[in-house]
Amino acid sequence: MILFPMARALQISFYNWGVFPGSTTTFVGLHQYVREYHDPVFWRALENSIFYTIFTVPFQIIFGLAVALLLVRKIPGRGLFRALFYIPVVTSWVVVSLLFKFLFSTDSGFVNWLLHSLHLSSHNIGWLDTRWPSMITIGVLGIWKGVGWSMLIFLAALMGVPETLTEAAAIDGAGPWRTFISVTLPSIRLTLSFVTIMLVIGSLNVFTSAYIMTGGGPQQQTEVVLSYMYHQAFNFLDFGYGSALAFTLTLFVFAISFVQMRLFRGGVSRVIR
Amino acid sequence: MVVPFLYLFATSFKPQLYLFEIPPQFIPKHPTLSNYTAAWTSNSFGHYFANSVFVSIVSTGLAVILAAMMAYAFARFNFRGQNIMFWMLLIGLMVPGMMLLIPQYLLANQLHLIDSLIGLIVFYVATNLAFNTFLLRGFFEEIPWELEEAMIMDGAGPFRRFFKLILPLSRPALATVSIFTFLAAWDEYVWALTIINDPSKRTLPIAISIFQGQHLTNWGLVFAASTITIVPVIVVFAIFQKQFVRGLTADALKG
Repeated sequence: MILFPMARALQISFYNWGVFPGSTTTFVGLHQYVREYHDPVFWRALENSIFYTIFTVPFQIIFGLAVALLLVRKIPGRGLFRALFYIPVVTSWVVVSLLFKFLFSTDSGFVNWLLHSLHLSSHNIGWLDTRWPSMITIGVLGIWKGVGWSMLIFLAALMGVPETLTEAAAIDGAGPWRTFISVTLPSIRLTLSFVTIMLVIGSLNVFTSAYIMTGGGPQQQTEVVLSYMYHQAFNFLDFGYGSALAFTLTLFVFAISFVQMRLFRGGVSRVIR
Repeated sequence: MVVPFLYLFATSFKPQLYLFEIPPQFIPKHPTLSNYTAAWTSNSFGHYFANSVFVSIVSTGLAVILAAMMAYAFARFNFRGQNIMFWMLLIGLMVPGMMLLIPQYLLANQLHLIDSLIGLIVFYVATNLAFNTFLLRGFFEEIPWELEEAMIMDGAGPFRRFFKLILPLSRPALATVSIFTFLAAWDEYVWALTIINDPSKRTLPIAISIFQGQHLTNWGLVFAASTITIVPVIVVFAIFQKQFVRGLTADALKG
């Protein structure tokens, strides 16, 4: 079911695919992959996707866990707070991408106004005009939208930590920080590795926010792998090259996930010993 | 967390002239509904809303009932290739949808599903099937076999047991997968962007993004349309919030 389209994606990447009726499809072997290797835009797109991952994943985990730790307690209004953090998760990427584009617009954007009135910046920053500010803006959106998801998964895990364990630690004289490091964190270890792996996969696949906020521009500076793939396939109708890009990213994602699984398993056995 | 949403909401009530006020206003000084009426009527967002409702509801219904049947088969029957088929489902969960965009597009082209709402539905059902089956199977397996045995004594076949026993007992899990599927279909962007060219077939996400591209500065209208898009999501989520979290933490049977 899933193997067929995957095999087909690989197959297409070996061809110069003729999209229009009557145009010819020719077998070109590994040509598309060689082309990729010599394509500076591809490497920049990969760099951007990796930057996005390294920037957003730690923040989503730290904020998500922190909020979950707060909201797992029986404080008044916690249902409301949980819902507030979760609303960005269920809101369409299109809507939030446009919203952030508006908030981060250069002249009279909300963020620039805020920085200005807090005296943090004397001029209007062109957030979406150059490469790194754009990637940071796209990353901030990713963190804001993703925190609620990791919060929810951590909440479910924290509710499974037996209270007797944390109470025992308290009786032994452990402070809250010590209890967290020695009791809570080891108990949710598996959830932590699950969340990390899922977030890394999700971040390497960033597309809609980048596509809508910058469209890869200016001059393809902010292209991420999938937006570049989409432009190649559906704007330039180069299905062969698009497939090669997609397949490369899939392999990259699989490799990274595999390494992480090995790392986390090592971590697990160390804790048991 | 909600500040951006409040700003979106406020902006959707502002007339064009006051969009870029400094300092920004969270409560519009000259509130107007004109953005909403303009979006709904002259910019056909009412029509796109109907498209989105149709596609999301049909996709959800199909994806949930098909997944429930598959999950029941995986949970209660032994058949050849069962494990292999289940593993293939799991692999399907791990491959991100966009990787398969090009082969899916070629397939849809062959099946004449380009530019049709049916084309959206078929692929929304297919992409949500694996996760739904996975979640429901776990839930069905928790239902005590003795209950089914009692029904078998009374001469009930598998279909009757499925519809009269399993489905009613699984309401929380069914609610969870329904919400997931509905939200996924409602918010889906990439596939719709790829196969829909005919303006009358647009769903809300592509309609909004294209609209913003054409009317670069008319943010009041864009955010009125956005509000129309997110209000149903928030309503659905608020109603099912309890069920949703319970279904996820999988202790719903005890409750």
